[in-house]
Amino acid sequence: MTTTHSISVNINGQTYARVVEARMTLADFLRHEIGLTGTHLGCEHGVCGACTVLIDGRSARSCLTFAVQMNGRTLTTVEGLNVAVGLSPLQQAFQEHHGLQCGFCTSGMLMTLTELLSDNPDPTEQEVREVLTGHLCRCTGYAGPVRAALAAAEHLKGIKGAA
Amino acid sequence: MGSKNFGARVTRFEDVALVSGKGRYVDDIQIAGTLHAAFLRSPHGHARIKSIDTSAALRCEGVHAVLTAADLPERMRKQRMPLLLPNATMSTLRTQHSLAVDEVCYVGQALAIIVADNRYLAEDALAAIEVEYEVLKAVSDVRAALAAGAPRAHADLDSNVVSEFVMNYGDVDAAFASAPHVFREELWQHRGGGMAMETRGVLAQADVTTDSLTLWSSTQTPHIARRMLAEVLDVDVESIRIIAPDVGGGFGPKAIFYPEDAVVAHASRALGRPVKFIEDRREHFLCATQERDQYWNVEIAVDNDGNILGVRGDMLHDTGAFVPWGIIMPYIAGATMPGPYVVPAYRLACTVAFTNKVATTPVRGAGRPQAVFAMERLMDRVARELRLDPAELRRRNYIRPEQMPYSVGLIFRDGKPLIYDSGDYPRGHDAALDLAGYQGFPERQASARALGRFIGIGVASYVEGTGLGPFEGVTVRILPDGKVRVTSGATSQGQGTRTTLAQIVADRVGCRIEDVAVTIGDTAGIASGVGAFASRLAVNAGSSASIAGDHVRVSILKLASRALGLPESEIDLEDGKAIGRGGNRPAISFGELSRAAQGMPGFSLDAGQPVGLEHTAYFAPTQASYCSGTHVAEVEVDVGTGAVKILNYSVAHDCGNVINPMIVDGQVQGGVAHGIGNALLEWMQYDENAQPLTTTFADYLLPMATDVPTCAIAHVETPSPLNPIGVKGAGEGGTIPAAAAIIAAVENALSPFGVRFAETPLMPNRIVQALEEAGAYAQQVA
Repeated sequence: MTTTHSISVNINGQTYARVVEARMTLADFLRHEIGLTGTHLGCEHGVCGACTVLIDGRSARSCLTFAVQMNGRTLTTVEGLNVAVGLSPLQQAFQEHHGLQCGFCTSGMLMTLTELLSDNPDPTEQEVREVLTGHLCRCTGYAGPVRAALAAAEHLKGIKGAA
Repeated sequence: MGSKNFGARVTRFEDVALVSGKGRYVDDIQIAGTLHAAFLRSPHGHARIKSIDTSAALRCEGVHAVLTAADLPERMRKQRMPLLLPNATMSTLRTQHSLAVDEVCYVGQALAIIVADNRYLAEDALAAIEVEYEVLKAVSDVRAALAAGAPRAHADLDSNVVSEFVMNYGDVDAAFASAPHVFREELWQHRGGGMAMETRGVLAQADVTTDSLTLWSSTQTPHIARRMLAEVLDVDVESIRIIAPDVGGGFGPKAIFYPEDAVVAHASRALGRPVKFIEDRREHFLCATQERDQYWNVEIAVDNDGNILGVRGDMLHDTGAFVPWGIIMPYIAGATMPGPYVVPAYRLACTVAFTNKVATTPVRGAGRPQAVFAMERLMDRVARELRLDPAELRRRNYIRPEQMPYSVGLIFRDGKPLIYDSGDYPRGHDAALDLAGYQGFPERQASARALGRFIGIGVASYVEGTGLGPFEGVTVRILPDGKVRVTSGATSQGQGTRTTLAQIVADRVGCRIEDVAVTIGDTAGIASGVGAFASRLAVNAGSSASIAGDHVRVSILKLASRALGLPESEIDLEDGKAIGRGGNRPAISFGELSRAAQGMPGFSLDAGQPVGLEHTAYFAPTQASYCSGTHVAEVEVDVGTGAVKILNYSVAHDCGNVINPMIVDGQVQGGVAHGIGNALLEWMQYDENAQPLTTTFADYLLPMATDVPTCAIAHVETPSPLNPIGVKGAGEGGTIPAAAAIIAAVENALSPFGVRFAETPLMPNRIVQALEEAGAYAQQVA
């Protein structure tokens, strides 16, 4: 009944070759086949944004993407954000500015904000808020994530300025 | 003993794992050999089950079991789920069966479980189960449920009424008879969901080698769940371990022990394999409990100066198809209504009735948002009629701080007289008004009007019973490596409970906060526990942490005194060491003392020497502690579209002593966001057949980052005298008065048109309709 396909995909710098069913979503593939459970599923219909990952650097909903579509692509998940010394400036800012409570939606927000800060290193609060409309959070009321994103942008500008 | 950590803005232990994708939520726990469950659910609001044929489903690929009620053990098949909170006024104590037996009473009620190799295969097989239904008339609107001849939500019941009760004190009819002014309002708040971003989930692992069962569950209340599961499965409660790992938000609905949890546990025992069920979002809309649906018909009597003489009326509460948590929401609502005001006489007659919708149980606020909405809408009405400033009217009616402790005259839901333990309502009121720049608002409003913009301001105040019993326990133990282990029946769904408990314990025993390791939400960690609801953990678990920490401190000093040869009074406990105050400051580490406290095999301990450096405390509050606050919302309404934008939101919040201001601010901000959703966006809609219409986040709107401003927050700290750390709950206060303040602000913005609103959520189409009826658009054209 179900068809299978061989795919090869680079995730967080490592290449994985797997045989997957055509109907397997990318989110289920990451979580159950690769064991990267940091990507979460909040609605499975593309609204809440918890499952957001970067596909070739662009944010995408992994619940609305099939694993077979990822053949030959390069993915980054939340597990790929950590740097050698520990947390990235964005992750650190989320801790410092209380950008998360239960943490369930956080992975998706971090992915989208990583993309934002790479596209636009100096966002306004309004720009951060508009980007975050792609993410539902029931705990924080968004004040913490917004503060964290702006603080991370400041910090990254400082690093860039010093370099 | 210092308080280095208590009161400090300590960043959270929890965060490093969570921002790295290393959290451990139920669905992240992967045990080899796990099977996956899906449930067959009723498509009808009300139907009789004539037959279920599972034979084709059993033949589907990868299916290990298909169970209906007929396949369950006798206890599960014959008895309904335990009722947690029975109440003498309830004429019908009706909870669900684990799986529907012969009747389904709401859309989504589970009839069968399929257990398969993975969720995809389990869902495939659902389509192969054949059910023959006889569709029965459903009752959708709770007001219709009371009508003579209304369809019954349960075919075998004579009436849809679950309970009728009256809450009252004083001679309310006399107060109304002689009152110069009486104003009446009809109000309603519709139902919404908790909508935690993580749906419900459970992983059950039966262990045949030890006859035990472990459940990882996204529950707020593992110890309660264990007790109920033991009852349903008819097994020894101590043979069950329930672990609430990282949980992705709670907000009330995860405090419920659901039929699916019991069925999954049974399936694991029956199959001898781990079985996992992760609810999807559609199921969460259908089957996770909801709240708010209440219709209020209330009136207020005041004198010529606006002083309240009495409040009376009736309220109708929609409990849905079942009463898993009894009638506590309408009860809490009735007890919350008098709020921060001197109300000399009061009577509220409450009716609770069944409908064919999923049950209502507490959602953040639990009856209080409705009550505050009712009271504050009455206050706004009085202000308008008597031409008083709404803030001034409230100031005239507040209970004064010198009246504390203040006995309202009712019995609260903890079974104790409703006595406010502490509070300074006028101070909170002034603090919120200052933050909001209330004095300058008329000028802002006039300037905006000159530009054709409609801005408005609204004020709402509340008192919230928090920190409810019966108890919560904390064990503090010094480990041989010097670390301090803290375990508790408390849980966390994002509140940072681990961090706040560590703050308290580090101060009490005298160690570094990073040396405190906190395990919560695990029934194996402590014998008894309750869990998270009613903003109760800071009060209950926080106090236990403080008491247990103090006991351990006494034991450490006793042992250190022997070891160092110094009197206890000359020893300081700092950074995990006992240090003599004099001389060359001789020291011994907590690790060494912990090992000494274990003694040596076969040797007697010295007389009076403590055994092990540990203590378990179960703090049991004598009554609720009452948090309070005032919210001020400033909004702009787009008259053309009915869109409401919240410009500024100010909160003065009194939760007694603040353990961690960062965490409390986060609770308030998140609570306000929930309240904004209730006020303007979230409406769980059903049609006349009780068929849910809003089952995605595209239909049911949650507040987004552009809907919620960053609140200005002031803390007013009036410590509670009822617990050793002087705290009150902080988890729900953000939500409780938000809808009242926002709707008042919308009305104020539109005051040139004289439109009135009495319901939530207040959608743009409703605002446009009201403006149309008021002739607003005709005026504009002219």
